[in-house]
Amino acid sequence: MEDHPLRFTTVSKRFFSGSHQVQALDEVSFSIQPGRVTGLIGPDGAGKTTLMRLATALLQPDVGQIHVLGHDAVAKPLEIQSSVGYMPQRFGLYEDLSVQENLDLYADLQGMLLENRPARYAELMHMTGLAPFSKRLAGKLSGGMKQKLGLACVLVRSPRLLILDEPTVGVDPVSRRELWQIIYRQVQKESMSVLLSTAYLDEAERCHEVILLHEGKFLGQGRPDEFSRTLVGRTYQASAVGISPRRLQEKLNRFTGVIDALVEGETVRLVMETAQAPDPKTLLPELADVRILPIEPRFEDAFVARLKRSYDQGRSDLIMDLNISANEGDEVIRVNNLVRQFGDFIAVNRVSFSVRRGEIFGLLGANGAGKSTTFRMLCGLLPVTSGEVAVAGHDLRQAAANARRHIGYMAQKFSLYGHLSVAQNLRFFSSAYGLRGNRQKERLAWALKTFELTDYSGTNAGDLPLGYKQRLAFAAALMHEPEILFLDEPTSGIDPLMRREFWVRTNALAEAGVTVLVTTHFMEEANYCDRLVIMAEGEVLAEGTPQEMKARAHTIGQPYPTMEDAFIQLIEQRKAEREAA
Amino acid sequence: MYFRQIFALAIKEFLALLRDKRSRFVIIGPPIVQLLVFGFAATYDLNDVPVAIYNEDRGGAARELVSRIEGSPNFQVVAYISHDSETAPLIDNRDVLLVLHIGQHFSADLLRDNSAQLQVILDGRNSNTAMIAMNYLRTILLDYNRYWQASQGEGASLVSLQTRTWYNENLQSRWFIVPGIVGLLTLVVTIMVTALSVAREREAGTFDQLLVTPLRPVEILIGKAIPGMVIGLLDATLIIVLMAIFFDIPLRGSLGALYLGLVLFLLSAVGIGLMISAIAVTQQQAVLGAFLFLVPAVILSGFSTPIANMPELVQWLTYIDPLRYFLVVVRGVTLEGDGYALLVHQYWPMAIIGVTSLAIAAWLFRSRMY
Amino acid sequence: MKPAARMRLWGMIRKESLQILRDPSSISIAFIMPVVLLFLFGYGVSLDAKHIPIGIVIEQPDTATQSLAGAFESSEFFRPRHFDAIQSAQQALDKRQIDGIIWLRNNFSTRLLAGNEAPIGVIINGVDSNQANITQGYIQGTWLAWLEHYAASRGQPLLIPVSLEQRVWFNAALSSRLFLVPGLIAIIMTLIGSLLTAMVVAREWERGTMETLMVSPLHRGEILAGKLIPYFVLGMGGMLFSVALAVWQFDIPLRGSFWLLMLSSALFMLVALAIGLLISIVSKNQFVAGQVAIIVTFLPAFILSGFLFDINSMPDWIQFITLLVPARYFVAILQTLFLAGDVWPVVLANMGALCLMLLFFFFLVWRKFNKRLE
Repeated sequence: MEDHPLRFTTVSKRFFSGSHQVQALDEVSFSIQPGRVTGLIGPDGAGKTTLMRLATALLQPDVGQIHVLGHDAVAKPLEIQSSVGYMPQRFGLYEDLSVQENLDLYADLQGMLLENRPARYAELMHMTGLAPFSKRLAGKLSGGMKQKLGLACVLVRSPRLLILDEPTVGVDPVSRRELWQIIYRQVQKESMSVLLSTAYLDEAERCHEVILLHEGKFLGQGRPDEFSRTLVGRTYQASAVGISPRRLQEKLNRFTGVIDALVEGETVRLVMETAQAPDPKTLLPELADVRILPIEPRFEDAFVARLKRSYDQGRSDLIMDLNISANEGDEVIRVNNLVRQFGDFIAVNRVSFSVRRGEIFGLLGANGAGKSTTFRMLCGLLPVTSGEVAVAGHDLRQAAANARRHIGYMAQKFSLYGHLSVAQNLRFFSSAYGLRGNRQKERLAWALKTFELTDYSGTNAGDLPLGYKQRLAFAAALMHEPEILFLDEPTSGIDPLMRREFWVRTNALAEAGVTVLVTTHFMEEANYCDRLVIMAEGEVLAEGTPQEMKARAHTIGQPYPTMEDAFIQLIEQRKAEREAA
Repeated sequence: MYFRQIFALAIKEFLALLRDKRSRFVIIGPPIVQLLVFGFAATYDLNDVPVAIYNEDRGGAARELVSRIEGSPNFQVVAYISHDSETAPLIDNRDVLLVLHIGQHFSADLLRDNSAQLQVILDGRNSNTAMIAMNYLRTILLDYNRYWQASQGEGASLVSLQTRTWYNENLQSRWFIVPGIVGLLTLVVTIMVTALSVAREREAGTFDQLLVTPLRPVEILIGKAIPGMVIGLLDATLIIVLMAIFFDIPLRGSLGALYLGLVLFLLSAVGIGLMISAIAVTQQQAVLGAFLFLVPAVILSGFSTPIANMPELVQWLTYIDPLRYFLVVVRGVTLEGDGYALLVHQYWPMAIIGVTSLAIAAWLFRSRMY
Repeated sequence: MKPAARMRLWGMIRKESLQILRDPSSISIAFIMPVVLLFLFGYGVSLDAKHIPIGIVIEQPDTATQSLAGAFESSEFFRPRHFDAIQSAQQALDKRQIDGIIWLRNNFSTRLLAGNEAPIGVIINGVDSNQANITQGYIQGTWLAWLEHYAASRGQPLLIPVSLEQRVWFNAALSSRLFLVPGLIAIIMTLIGSLLTAMVVAREWERGTMETLMVSPLHRGEILAGKLIPYFVLGMGGMLFSVALAVWQFDIPLRGSFWLLMLSSALFMLVALAIGLLISIVSKNQFVAGQVAIIVTFLPAFILSGFLFDINSMPDWIQFITLLVPARYFVAILQTLFLAGDVWPVVLANMGALCLMLLFFFFLVWRKFNKRLE
């Protein structure tokens, strides 16, 4: 038995896509500790999935050696595969099989003895809370339950090494916590070794150790606090009176010594290039009441400081020449007792809220909470079962096509024409909104410049790197200068760096007077919203500003609750009410 | 109506189809290959039918008959047998399609009574092939009989048939099948292009993006119908040109009458394709739906077997098959030299099918949009 | 087999079977499609013409012409219409109201009675050449019968120098259903074996479940066997169902041995499955797999297998292509076993060809299917 359950020695892996090759991994060497949770962190395209597929002998390295539980991955793939548990990003649950049948299948595949099964099944069912659903088809489970079932299948015969590829992506905070509890229990009870990748940087701090990967290169390995410790003295919290935190962030972002500025509630979190306290006077000379306090660095700060690419920080050209006639503060979206039923299933249950002009309004909730359904009804993509919806005074479903000129819409996943070039996509969408002639040319030039797409204008949209795809989708939704912008899960599946870029743009739009309605399941993104509703199981649990939400979760034990704490508290409160009733 | 927007949508559809290697292939590749392979393979004409001759007769009359069969391009004598027991294995093993048995007294009978009998044993496993081979043999015999009567100094039989075939003078089945392929392939390509167009956008998520633009459902429908029509027209033209080049099919009638029929046919094909498209949620369902429509549509169109041979009930069903009418148009114009007047009764049913299916597609589109 | 291996294989088979049972499209391809196709072909498609509309033009009616017209009227093959002049009959032919014209000129009877040659004009629409040939044959037959009758009525036997006595083996009535229905079984099995299998295996790639199977301790042989066995059973079920329909619904005789039919079907099923697996392994995507399966297996089974069109009459280069179409061998076996009986040389030669194809395709599947993602 060797000391390290997983060891990579100068491993390189290349892929060929068409004529150009991609260096997915470049001389990566590391090893992980037994009985620990090791996190694999890196932006999209860092090579995380490739690394995991190499570790499970699904791929062969071009160069280098991989040892898994003492076996050479090239020579003995089957030995590795029978002792490693692997959960790919899209776990292979058979959606047309029931929970129990899925478990049986994996037990069979692992050659687990029949007499050992009942005890293990009971344990797993208890751990995952799936016991009441054992007869339900896997396809009918919620996103969180599916992930838990996937994990249970992998754990059916406790493997010595567990490899998990983004196990918590798209999962609600409650389920995420439960997944982590299951993982930790395995580590403690069975001294399992775990390697997992994640896009949530707060989860990195839950790992014993973290491996940082970027563009196929190994950047470092260590405890999360070892990473953040490098930033001691470089992290601050800024606040100012008489200016919105969004505008404050925008100003701070432009300052050269600032690596990162992030809205956090009423304040802006700063990461500086050097360990020198920033002077409010030089940073923001025109503002009087600026307070800058040092704070504890966290892993995310270190991650951003290490990886933030040279962004064009100045967004001054994103000013939109909109002719918004009405005053700020008018009600532009009104939703009253909105209901949507699919058969017996009530997807949206008496939802009411209203959005004022120039606001960023958030719909927060887990997958399956009814956010997207509400959203689609607002855009006129789905008929309402009952209730009222008015967007800029129109019901978009009934209203003349003209009403739709005032809205922009960006769908959940990238949804532009993959075989059309960037310019063709933009031209088509601008034509569909009736732009033509010089006006169309102007807007096209504006979009290419503002979103830095000029170099890609002839590239097929489907071949763009992920970040550029998102820019293009954003640009396409803005070609006709909409007054109201609908963004459905704009940040789902993209890495923290791109998320930052996205929010900088969105903030600029809001500052220019565009009303933005956005859904997200990233709790911390709620901080960017002026107001938001939290949804669960088709109902609105709470409405208000982020501060109000967090204030509700304020207890003595939790003096500074995060949005996630607030969310979990709301869910538990609701559960308790239900049980009481 | 926003004509400019519809136009932009149609342009977008073209670009999306033509820039995608896979769909470009589906539009251009299979039609050409299929035209060539099917055009050459799908024929009822028989060449070199393998036959065996069991000749027990040494007489001159028998020899003359055998040499006529040997000389026929339709038959190839692969075996001469001398015993009755050899017949069964040859037929059973499919070595020959038929065995011609000339009895011992054939020549003698013929000379004495002016009448003799021949025996032919046919493999009926493929009844159509057997029947056609039988017809070839009959033609040779008819000829032989005339020769025999003439050689015996008798006039020809008192009553004779003087048969002429019109339109397809040499009765080549290729002349029948190949114009049919024009209709078949045009239908397949048009249905595939239109049936997949919405499902593809639904899967890619772009359909929502389209629906939130100021375009109305009907306008989206028109924008999707135009590329189907244009691609169908281009594909049909390509196939017609290839047909003329490779298969020497004449074009005797009015080209205008052919294209009028083609446009109406495409209208109904596009309508049906869009109906499938409006119902299908995924591309797989669209493919399955197209397949489920195409197989009966082709079988019941009279493409390979005559509609008149079908039972009454099935014949009624063929009236809603647009391919049925277009096949008459394309064969009528190429072979029979028809003009507009003779094809009126093919035009209006296609127009009705086209308008009805487009209306249903528009209705489905509106109600199943979500 | 070791118990663990048996358990793994059994797990795969059970999973696959459950999926088949829960997916309506698999069941419908296996059982509904055969019914639709068999009924369409069994009842809808026929090469046997009856009631052919023909026009009879009699320019000068009398007893001789009446009796000839009567011969056509009483035949079940024709549905005659009378025309006064050849022009109007030709117009009807142009309008596709009739398929042929029998034209008795005004001097027909005079010449006949005078002992001169009296030709009958026949015009046939030759567009559908096959149908035209058949029509021509029926007209000749009716004419000869009348001639014999006419001669007998005048007391002089008709002497035809050479007449033909035909015996058709296996399908005495020359009914096209008898050869279409058995051939259709090959098409149906191609659909189940190749199209369905290609799509379901491609689905595993698309949904990401294949990756999970690959990291399990399953050997590649076990994955393949786990896929093959349930679809083999499904395909054989569809085949038995089609055979039952053919025998009991369409009265097709099964003259050969049932077990030989099962054995050769099993062999063909395996070839079809191997091709289906190969398509899905190469394409890894349902849409492409479906398209490729239709173009590479379904259409050739239709056109190039000898199911409808005679292979010997195709140009050489196409005949060469047909050698690569497995349905070609199976159609030959099916038509022989159903209509002719156990003709060993035919069955063995074609089964031998299928065996070679099976080895070839399994070799390719084995080579292409690695437990790796590259």
